[in-house]
Amino acid sequence: MTGPGRSAPGTVGDDDPDEAQDAVAARAAALDAQALIRGRRQWPLPKQADPNAPLLVVEHLTTRFKMAGGAIKAVDDVSFTLNDGEALGIAGESGCGKTTTALSLVRLLPANGRIGKDSSVKLFGIDLAKKSEDALRRYRWREISIIFQGAMNALNPVRRINEQIAEPVELRLRVNKTEALKHAGELLELVGIPARRGQAYPHELSGGMRQRAMIAMALACDPAVVIGDEPTTALDVMVQAQILELLERLRRELGLSLILITHDLSVIAETCDRVMIMYAGKVAEEGAVDVIFRTPRHPYTQKLIGAFPNIHADRRTLEVIPGSPPDLREPPPGCRFHPRCPFAMAVCSVEVPPEVTFADGVRVACHLYPPGSGGVPVTRPTKDAIVQAPADTGLGAGVFADRDDAIDELEAAVDPAPVHLLAPGHGLTDDRSLDEIQ
Amino acid sequence: MGSRYLIRKVVGACLTIFMIVILNFVLFRMMPGSPDRILLRNPNVTADAMAAARTRWGLDKPLIPDQLVDYLEATASGDLGFSFKFHGEQVTDVLAGRLWPTVILFGAGEVLAIIFGLALGAYSGWKRGGPIDYIGNGISLILYSMPYFVIGILILGVFAVGLHWFPTSGMLTIGGGDDTFASQLLDFFGHLALPVTTVAIGLIGQYSILMRSSVIETLGEDYVTTARAKGLTSGRILRSHALPNALLPAVTLIAINLGYVIGGAITVEVVFNWPGLGTLTVTALEARDYPVLQGIFLLLSISVVLANLVADLIYGRLDPRVRS
Repeated sequence: MTGPGRSAPGTVGDDDPDEAQDAVAARAAALDAQALIRGRRQWPLPKQADPNAPLLVVEHLTTRFKMAGGAIKAVDDVSFTLNDGEALGIAGESGCGKTTTALSLVRLLPANGRIGKDSSVKLFGIDLAKKSEDALRRYRWREISIIFQGAMNALNPVRRINEQIAEPVELRLRVNKTEALKHAGELLELVGIPARRGQAYPHELSGGMRQRAMIAMALACDPAVVIGDEPTTALDVMVQAQILELLERLRRELGLSLILITHDLSVIAETCDRVMIMYAGKVAEEGAVDVIFRTPRHPYTQKLIGAFPNIHADRRTLEVIPGSPPDLREPPPGCRFHPRCPFAMAVCSVEVPPEVTFADGVRVACHLYPPGSGGVPVTRPTKDAIVQAPADTGLGAGVFADRDDAIDELEAAVDPAPVHLLAPGHGLTDDRSLDEIQ
Repeated sequence: MGSRYLIRKVVGACLTIFMIVILNFVLFRMMPGSPDRILLRNPNVTADAMAAARTRWGLDKPLIPDQLVDYLEATASGDLGFSFKFHGEQVTDVLAGRLWPTVILFGAGEVLAIIFGLALGAYSGWKRGGPIDYIGNGISLILYSMPYFVIGILILGVFAVGLHWFPTSGMLTIGGGDDTFASQLLDFFGHLALPVTTVAIGLIGQYSILMRSSVIETLGEDYVTTARAKGLTSGRILRSHALPNALLPAVTLIAINLGYVIGGAITVEVVFNWPGLGTLTVTALEARDYPVLQGIFLLLSISVVLANLVADLIYGRLDPRVRS
């Protein structure tokens, strides 16, 4: 605690006092520039912040869990960017590393979880992955807050709602308790709860109210990034719609930068600008929501979208993705999706497909779209190629007895489905639907 | 706290005590030996004298309702009868003389055990797998499985018989009545030290094991993850999020144990010849002094009920969920 600016309200701790002394003028100018860009920000940026850096750049994020049977790579070389004011959806089946990816940003992992050495999580250019636990603590909630799933357990049952909201304000922003409680009341009003209800304990609120309170808590320190970890799961459909509406409104009014984790694609379609599809700890496809939902390239994305009910495609049987995500202790070689992929080729079981970014900004990791393909499958899967694919993987072989049919069917499924039809809250897209059809 | 919760609990406790009083009456009428049988031991007692005694004591009236009503009236007015063993002394007087030594002994032992047991358990659970956890948990398990009299005899053997640091038995040195108050107090504490340590050691393991598992369970809860996400220090997470929840099961155990403060562990009092209710129970049992036993049972039951009432009220303060 030597830096002069340490105790200033709202400043995130500076680890290197020397750094604080150089280029004071440049920083002031930069902060001015940032103030323009992020005018809504109530508190100054951390002193180490690079004003020209994007809001959040995650590169080569790898998270391992040490288990009895060896290490599990729950997140494997995941990179993505979140720009200011943007909403990024992360989707995929259960166990594909969505939540671990998000929690890794602030290293909120169980004791057996570790982040790889090459990983970097740059918030305003500050690499959080390199911070010590104590230094990182100052960024938690202050800059990156999380709306947890199922607010009943995420809120402490024996403490009042407003106390819980005020706690980070008091500690992180060094505001006195009275002020912090007042701020908590304002936040509750903001999410549509009368401030006096802050006196309530979590069990005295309905599920929807608790989730609202959780959202108010996430906004408490005016963080740079808000992560929604399945914020609408475990709520009934009407309340889901209300919560999504609330998030939408807050995004508009406060310009939130949001990472939304869900397996409900309709939620992403409604709320997000960009979507990142993950499979078995890796990025399958990432890009603008309208592009990906209209023309999904990765077979997994196609399957995932096909597995969702669509009110206009009447009476069409829902697609099913045969099999389940692989055991990450022994992930399949090559592309991790190949055992379940109807287009699997010989190369898929050998080589990990590189991530290729195309002109429309979509990034795909699939051998159908090699570098230079321009996003059009150059390697048109032929019957021969598929026959050569190893059938020993078990899962795909039996299910797709007639692979030609499977391919036709898939191509039909790829036909642009109007994005807005995947409206949230139509009753079929709650978390169970994916599990049930798998 | 809602007043309805309070009223409900107090009414419940009163009803329970009433049931206990009835049960106490029935139980001791079912046991062998009655006042007139004791008279029968004397071969010179005439039938007339017997009948007169029975009339005087109300034994000629039917058990229900007359005797029961008499009993209830007497109990309500604080008359628990007179002792056989202690030459007709009032049972209430006999009990009163023995109550405070026991309350002091077990009260102090409980407080020590609560403080050290909960602290050790909380720390072990927090630093799970650390050296304190390994050693503390091992010792706790050993202590938990040891009966009071074993601990008591070990302590007695080492610190009183072996090292002569403390007196072996009793509450005050006999013949020390002329000393100054300060030296008498010191004498009392000297006598208290070993039995109190025995009680505390016997209970520490129990509290520590419970608290450890409770803290470990609480630390796995989602709201602790939330607290971590809020950037709180681990000390603050423990203090303001984990402990308030982890203490709830401990409160229940403490209450149950507090109920036994009066019953105490008879064995500790016997080992150290502590003049409390425990040794009184043994004496009364040996002498078949039913009125005294009846009084002890009543006192015990009421203290358990009251301790539970207190626990409910504390629980209501700690956990907002049980209030509504």
